Formats: sequence, C-alpha cells, structure tokens
Amino acid sequence: MILDGKTPTGPIEKTWDKHRFDMKLVNPSNKRKFKVLVVGTGLAGGAAAASLGELGYNVEAFCYQDSSRRAHSIAAQGGINAAKNYPNDGDSIYRLFYDTIKGGDFRAREADVWRLAQVSNSIIDQCVAQGVPFARDYAGYLDNRSFGGAQVSRTFYARGQTGQQLLLGAYSALSRQVKAGTVKLYERTEMVDLVVVDGVAKGITCRDMITGEIKSYWGDAVILATGGYVNVFYLSTNAMGCSVTAAWKAVQKGAYFANPCYTQIHPTCIPQTGDHQSKLTLMSESLRNDGRCWAPKKKEDCEKAPGDIPEEDRDYYLERKYPSFGNLAPRDIASRAAKEQCDDERGVGPGKRGVYLDYATAIERVGEHTIKERYGNLFEMYEKITDENAYKRPMRIYPAPHYAMGGLWVDYNLMSNVPGLFVLGEANFSVHGANRLGASALMQGLADGYFVIPYTIAGYLATVTPGVVTDEHPAFKESKEQVQAQTDKLLNIKGKKTVSEFHRELGKVMWEDVGMARSEASLKNALQRIPEIRDEFWKNVNVTGSGEELNQQLENAGRVADFLEFAEVFATDALHREESCGGHFRTEHQTDDGEAMRDDENFAYVAAWEFKGVGKAPELHKEPLKFENVKLAVRSYK
Amino acid sequence: MDLTLHVWRQSGPKDKGQLETYPVKGISPDMSFLEMLDEVNEQLIKTGKLPIVFDHDCREGICGTCSQTINGKAHGGQDRTTVCQLHMRSFKDGDEIFIEPWRARAFPVIKDLIVDRTALDTIMQAGGYVSCHTGGIPDGNAHPIGKPVADYAMDAAECIGCGACVAGCPNSSAMLFTSAKVAQLAVLPQGKHEAKARVKNMTDALQTSGFGNCTNHLECEASCPKGISVKFIAKLNREYMKAVVS
Repeated sequence: MILDGKTPTGPIEKTWDKHRFDMKLVNPSNKRKFKVLVVGTGLAGGAAAASLGELGYNVEAFCYQDSSRRAHSIAAQGGINAAKNYPNDGDSIYRLFYDTIKGGDFRAREADVWRLAQVSNSIIDQCVAQGVPFARDYAGYLDNRSFGGAQVSRTFYARGQTGQQLLLGAYSALSRQVKAGTVKLYERTEMVDLVVVDGVAKGITCRDMITGEIKSYWGDAVILATGGYVNVFYLSTNAMGCSVTAAWKAVQKGAYFANPCYTQIHPTCIPQTGDHQSKLTLMSESLRNDGRCWAPKKKEDCEKAPGDIPEEDRDYYLERKYPSFGNLAPRDIASRAAKEQCDDERGVGPGKRGVYLDYATAIERVGEHTIKERYGNLFEMYEKITDENAYKRPMRIYPAPHYAMGGLWVDYNLMSNVPGLFVLGEANFSVHGANRLGASALMQGLADGYFVIPYTIAGYLATVTPGVVTDEHPAFKESKEQVQAQTDKLLNIKGKKTVSEFHRELGKVMWEDVGMARSEASLKNALQRIPEIRDEFWKNVNVTGSGEELNQQLENAGRVADFLEFAEVFATDALHREESCGGHFRTEHQTDDGEAMRDDENFAYVAAWEFKGVGKAPELHKEPLKFENVKLAVRSYK
Repeated sequence: MDLTLHVWRQSGPKDKGQLETYPVKGISPDMSFLEMLDEVNEQLIKTGKLPIVFDHDCREGICGTCSQTINGKAHGGQDRTTVCQLHMRSFKDGDEIFIEPWRARAFPVIKDLIVDRTALDTIMQAGGYVSCHTGGIPDGNAHPIGKPVADYAMDAAECIGCGACVAGCPNSSAMLFTSAKVAQLAVLPQGKHEAKARVKNMTDALQTSGFGNCTNHLECEASCPKGISVKFIAKLNREYMKAVVS
C-alpha cells in the first residue's frame, strides 16, 4: 500500500498557516465533552496534556514514573534549537528547515520539518514565560551557542541541564492544570495495551504498578508520547524504564512502525567498564565545541598514558577527515569515525573501546576557568563515573545508542494509520529523517506538544461524537483479559534465566549485528538469533513474585517480551534498506573512503511496517518522499 | 570486594518491615551502587528469593527517582551525588552497608526501598508555576533578565525533586524543596506577579502534607545531591513575610 502523509500542498512557507485555517475547530463549550488520554509525560506528553487541558479538553495523563516530572527528556543536556537569529549570524526558518532536512540525510517529510522550524521560535518564548532560566548574557538577553553540526549559533541552553529545565517548565504547566482539574494524572501506571474499537483507537489498558491491578481507560482520542526504543540494545543512554512497549502494543493493534532502523548512536558517551554495566552515560556533545577527538596513531601507544604520547603521534581524526566541520561533524559521522579508530585497534581504555576527547588546547586558549564555566557539571559527572580529572587528562569517550529517529508512522496531523491514535515526540518518526541533529529532540517534543497537537487533534475530534464508546464496550474487557493472560503466562514459566539475562543477550545481538555498521550477513544472523532468544524467553524466563503487587521483574519481563518482537522488525527494516543513510550504515554501501552512499532512486521513501503476527514477516508499506524545496545532495561535511 | 549488606525489606505499606542481611562477594569498584544491587538481585532470583525493589530510572543523577538512605545518610552522604552516581570505589572490602528507604511521615513506604513522594507533587500543584497559557506570549527577549538574576534562578531550579532534603532533615521538612521553586520564580519578571499567592499556597500545602517545619539544622543542603543552598529558605521566609504582612 502507498501511504499518504496528507501534507498540505502549495508554497512550503504557507503550508502550516494554510492547514491551520483549513482544519475544523471544536467549539469551546464542547471541548470538555471530549476525553483525551495522553500516555507519557515527557516534553511532548507533558506539553500536550497541559496545553489540551488549558484549552478545556478533559485530559487523563499517564506515566510509569512516580512523578510526571521524571520522564527521560530530563536527561537532555545540551540545548534546544530555534531560528531566532538573535546572534545575527545568518539563521532563518528556512536555514533551520534546510539544515534539518539535510542533517536527516533527506529522509524526512519537507512540510513536517518546515512546521517544526516555523514554531521553534514560539517554543523559546513559551519556555521563557514559564520561568525556564535559560542562559543569559550580561545585558540580560538570551545567550546562544553553536551545537553539533550547525554553522550558526541557534542553540538555547540552561547550563548542562536544558532538558531538565524545559521538562520542569512543562511539568509546571501540567501541575497548574492538575490543580485546575482539567488534567487527571495517573503515575506509576504503565500502558500495556491499546483498545481499538471498529478500527478506531478508543482507549488503553494499564497496569497499576503498585497494586498490579489491570484497568482500562476510555478516551475519544489517544496520544502516545512514550519516547524511543534504543533500550532494545540493552546498553544505551536511555533511562532503565524506557521501552518500546506502548508503541509496540499499538503496532499489535494495527499501527505501522516507520523506519525502525534509523537509530542514533551518540558519539560522546562514557565507555563501558565491564559486564556489570547497566546503562551508558552520555555527555553533551557541546563538549565537542572545545574538545578535540584523537586516537593514538600507533597501536603500541594505546596502553600509554595520554600525556606520554607526543603530539605527532596523535591522530586528530575528525579534523583530518572533515577539515571544515572538524570536531563538530554530525553525530552519525563522529560516531562511526570513533568506531573506525577502535576497529583499527587504536582504541584506548578498558577493552580498547574508547578514543580521547582532549581539552588541553582549549584550556590553553581560554583558560581552565572558562572551560569550567561551560562544562563544569559534565567534567564533574565524568569524574564521578571514571575517577579521572578531565582538566588534567583527556576524557575517554565511545559512542552509545541514544535516540530513535524511527517510530510509529504518523501523517502531517501526527495521527497514525489507526484513526484516533496520535503519536508525538520521539515516539513518532516524523521530522528527523535518518539522523537527528543535536538540540533538535527537545525542539520536536515541545513543538508537537505545545504547538501542533492542540490544532490537529481538533481537526479529528470535530469529526467524532464524544463519549460514544466508553469502557463498557466489550473490547475493553477483552483487552484486560488479554493482558491478564500474558501476565499469568510470564509468571508461570518459572524458568532458569532472569529477565535481565535475556535482555542482555538480545542487546548483544542488536549491538553487534544491527548496531553502528550493518551488513547483509550480520542482519541475517540477527534475524536468526532474535527468534531463538525469544523462543527461549517464553520457555525459560524466571519472573519472580506475583501479578498483584509491585513487581519490577514482571514490569521488565513485559518490556523485554515486546523488545523481542520489535527487534525482528527493526532488523528486517535494516536488511531491506539497501543503502546507507544517516544512522543506518550498510557496509555494502559506502564510497572508497568509507562515506555513506544513499540511493535516492530506490529508497527515498518512508518504510512503514505492518505487524502480521509473531514469527511472520511484517508487510512493508511505502510513503514516497518528495523534495520540492531542497535539492537532494550528497551530505558532505568535508 | 566482599561486603555485608543490611537491607530494609517490607512487603507492603502494612507490613512492619525489617533489615535483612545479605553477604555479597566479588563486587567491582567500577560498579555503581545500583549495579551492585542489580547483581545482588540476580543472585537472589537464582536462589529462589524475591529481589529487592528500589526506585531508579535515569541512572545519571538527574531524574531524581533513586532514593535510598545508605548508612544513615540520604544518597549515601557523598557530596553532590545521587545513589545512582555513587560508585563502589567509595567503599572498602569488608564494609557493612545499611540500606533503608527515605524515612519521613510524608513519604510512606510502598515496598522495600520504595516510598510514595506524591506529597512533593502536591506542593508543586499548589503554586509551583507561572500561570501562562500556551501561546500568546511575548518574544523571549522582551524582558531582559540580568545574568546574576538568571544565574540565581538557575541555581534554585537545579532541584531534582528527589526528596533527600526531607530524608536528611530531623524534622522531615520539605522547606528546601519548596523554597527552591518559590525563589526561582519570585526573582524572575515572569514569576513575580504571582509571588505572594504562590508562597502562601505552597507553604500551606507543605504544612498540610505531613512535612515538619524548618528549625535550621541545614541537613537539607548537606543531603542535597545538587547542592541547593539554604539561602533559598531564607528567601522563602522573606517572601512569606512580604505576602502575609503587607
């Protein structure tokens, strides 16, 4: 099937304005009759729930955390982009649009990206109004910095905790609506099923994570803002609770999963120290503004202390390979370059999976004090984890899975192919194409939540009668029974291996065969291994405790079970995409000097996968991508 | 390294709970404290026992989920460090470690090391916001904010809402938590218009949620993994006086 993204036509700069006018509205006095369920309270979900509550909709918001202030958006450090052009350095909405399309390696929809760039400025205004303490200059104006891969300074930041401050802004708006009674919050509540009635999303089923009660909630529309899926790699920079579960339950009920193979491996993470490792810690890529990446030129130098390796024996590989962007080359390129150094046996640190990020030159140029002011909290964090002082000795870094560009397929209105099911933020696939630029995730989450969904959901709700399907419909009972059956099944296996052991095993296959560089052989190996691990999981997992209590093993077992189904679709997508683009690098498709080779003739489309059942091949649906405003070009950062 | 853990086990809110002892062997100094507990849990499951439940999520010191009292100190007592950022290299071979949940009347234990911190959200819902709608707001640069003011607001805004200040306080007071938000918004041009109502409403919520009052022990600042300063409590008191007297 050819999918229609329903993008408006006409001049790109008018698309969003025209569309906003063309959409239907819901009468103010009717809004409270509509119930909207929002799953996830990160930037996208928190902003959406607050904004829809303000508009007068009857909102119920759900999160698995103990408070709606803790979603993993909180961990974003570097900043948020906007096309304000405050520094007078040539930025514009068009440039932000262009950079995002190009950065995404020409695999995103033009109109969606234009809208993102257009509303980016309002986001900054909104956050300032909420009291978000962005960095300011001495005159009191907002400060900007340049960030990963951008040649203009368009990134707004709040020390190294931008995500935290933006999330607390959304959380404060949400708290205000909770107080006002327009939003009801359900914390420690995990969505474990989507309820679909006659092909339309009408509710969700959740597990109360304290009592274990399985309960359904009805709504006239369901919004998923449930984040990304890179914990499928086991080790990633995501929080421990991040999973594909909510999205996957939607897929099991008919939603299409788009571009799962586009995952971002972030270049500046702290390397792994051993098998006990439970997660990887990212350090903001703003570190690359002043740090220089290098690896020893000679293999025999790898064991030496970095200070003992003379300047001429260091390979500043990013500066060498990409003279114009140097250490600021985009994430996918920087990550792969680090991997190349280590594959060439010139890595440093435990297991030789690391390269240096060196501040000596910057400290000499601007002084330790300035470096401390810029990155103090990151240096502190690095020292806590590694016990090394990065002012004196270069940091060791290595890439780690960080962000999912792929996600549930949505049209221009952010509605999935299942009517009534909307998907926001990282959980959808829409704007980052095959690679996301730094400081764009926060922008997208808040754009979707504050400035897109409040308009587009009205266009849908205006076409439905509120409250015609409630939790008395038999589909809700059926959903609860299905969830109960899976819970019982998991608890009754009583096998020999723990949930974590299976997760780790899956993660190892995904990282080695479906990680930073993929080949036909590695992907075929993964497609053989994943079902084997899944079969063993359902025969041999040991889930302790009962269903009627707080049971973290059971929670994790459900998430790992979903990863084990999702991983197969992920690898299938990576195998079918016979090109290299953005975060998807196929070793068969590279130039002589190792650069990614896109195939626009055959692959300039969104791959949306329809789930056909466990162990069955998913069906591919394509949405062709048209580029009318940006000329397809080889993405060169040399 | 080999350790002896004494861990608080409590099956539910109604259970009395008690410390249980677990000998642990072969812990790497590079492990984080939570990775050490992961390891203990894997062993407990293998021997047919119920694993220890504890709150955790980002494991990078920012989400504020992890909440353990280690050897009597919130987050283990290391300067500006959450439990998830605490590493086993800060312990020695042969150490005995006591692990308990946050202890405060306003934070009832749900199970083992997990407590209910909803009371902190209640305080925020009482007024921890600027009452602006989405949209219809001026340009971000319309109201310049001097760098010292912006920095002061940011110092306060760094609070991660973990509740260590409450757990560390002999009175189980949430004054530091409340004051951080009051102070952040009171100094900003966007937030000062509602400053009086905010400080009153948040302080009322603080008092009705089961927290104690502040008697200047300053344990909150010492316990805070983000180093939030007690100067914000002084600011809260000044704001409160301004609100009730005038």
